[in-house]
Amino acid sequence: MSGLAFNGTVASLTRRSLLGRKRTLVLALLPLALLALCIFARVLGGIDSGIERELSGRLAPDLLAAFGIAILMPLLGLIAGTGAIGPEIDEGSIVYLLAKPLNRYSIIVTKLVVAVGVVVGFGVLPVAVAGVVLTGEVGAVTVAFTVGALAAGVAYAAVFLLLAVASRNAVVLGLIYALIWESLVGGLVPGAQALSIQQWSLAVVERLLGDDASRLGVDAAVGLGTGLTLLVVVTVAATVYAGRRLQTLRLNDET
Amino acid sequence: MTDQQRGPAGAIHDIGYRHYDGPRLGPAYIRRALFLETLRGAFGLGRSARSKVMPLLLLAVMVLPALVVTVVTSYIGFDTLPLGYTEYVVTLQVVVTVFLGAQSPVVMSRDLRFRVAPLYFSRPLSRSQYVQAKYAGMVAALVVLMGLPLTLLLAGALLSKLPLDEQLPDYLRAMAGVLVFAFVLAGIGLVIAALTPRRGVGVAAVVGVLLVLSGIQATVRALAGELGNDTFTGYAGLLSPYPLVDGVTAGVFGADSSFGEGPPGALGALVFTAVAVLLVVVCYVVLLARYRKALS
Repeated sequence: MSGLAFNGTVASLTRRSLLGRKRTLVLALLPLALLALCIFARVLGGIDSGIERELSGRLAPDLLAAFGIAILMPLLGLIAGTGAIGPEIDEGSIVYLLAKPLNRYSIIVTKLVVAVGVVVGFGVLPVAVAGVVLTGEVGAVTVAFTVGALAAGVAYAAVFLLLAVASRNAVVLGLIYALIWESLVGGLVPGAQALSIQQWSLAVVERLLGDDASRLGVDAAVGLGTGLTLLVVVTVAATVYAGRRLQTLRLNDET
Repeated sequence: MTDQQRGPAGAIHDIGYRHYDGPRLGPAYIRRALFLETLRGAFGLGRSARSKVMPLLLLAVMVLPALVVTVVTSYIGFDTLPLGYTEYVVTLQVVVTVFLGAQSPVVMSRDLRFRVAPLYFSRPLSRSQYVQAKYAGMVAALVVLMGLPLTLLLAGALLSKLPLDEQLPDYLRAMAGVLVFAFVLAGIGLVIAALTPRRGVGVAAVVGVLLVLSGIQATVRALAGELGNDTFTGYAGLLSPYPLVDGVTAGVFGADSSFGEGPPGALGALVFTAVAVLLVVVCYVVLLARYRKALS
């Protein structure tokens, strides 16, 4: 099992396909939107004392949860996770990679690491900065949401990487999961929230905030134990299964 | 074989090809065919079974609530529908967004990726006609997606013996809104999809743009509400296509705004309509510009 190691060449190829010059700019729009919003809120806070009060209360966590964890993380996880391998499978150039004497698990692990790197750079760090901008300090809220965003980002990237290996409709399926299942169905049917990466990572946020969680209006649908276990299990299982699927990948079934 | 039988080198032989001398159907026919192909293609008709799964699944998800509402209404005997016509599309905007994201690359990117767009332009079909046909096809597909459940809802309401004169005005308002929705959303989706020949990227980009815009809109609206400034709250809807069109429906056609705070007054309605029209025109012009140059 020497092949499980991280492979530098695969990593740099993946990084180049994810972050071309133009693509970096487009990807950067997402965190920039978040930061612009936070600065806007901050400026309004300077004008109006009501908003200032809200910023140290519920508004900051609300904004970070709604924009950071519910929109930014699934989108970035989707772009980075499927983008790390999807186009290669689509275009058929994955053959050249598969023909090399590389362990397939090592390919998946490497691509996942790069995808997570992109998610951290364009998602988790901006969430941290946004937290500082909103609350004006590196406090519990900032730390909690940064860790929560990281947990969500890793899980989303792993799941969407698996989807990209398993299906040609990966992006649409991922969107259906992230939007229709987590937001729409989860909003109407409380049971659906138990199967939602968003809620699992909110459980992490809730625990890190401790006693302040209810005052700040952070309320996850699952407990920390369940959330953390499911996050780890889903991430690991998705990665292992993606490796398996890559071992038995069928090529050229474009219909 | 002697030299005589082989014939002189370089002669042009008549091997029986014939010219076509019949009537030619012309650009109007091509445009109609392209429109129909786009509309059918958006739902995967005339394509492989795999391509049908996603659009038809989304259509089903879109229609399902209408059926549920209908059944519930007729069994319990409400005197109004629990989910109104004008708020239907806004309630299910996520489904519309995913459909737009999934299908606009199907409409635009495939011709670019497989490099068949130049073949279209070698026919007597101008580039603007190509863009018009594609745009119209996508608009029609979206009208079907959003109009079908609304029509079912109306049918269900009438079957539950709700009075027609109470139902019809709202239904017509909602259908007018659907038309505006279709033009605005199709424009945004097609422009983004036409920029990339890659399918996956197009899907993520279309949905990402709509999602981020609606996130920004919701946050700005919440902040404005906190500030207690109603005018500001109303105009926050300009930031995202769904509240924008909802504002047009509310301001111009007189429906109830599904976002709580509609555009403020007659001026607000005018601004919302102007922005919606401008958005459609800009999308159309950008599409034309995209196809005027060499394709890649």
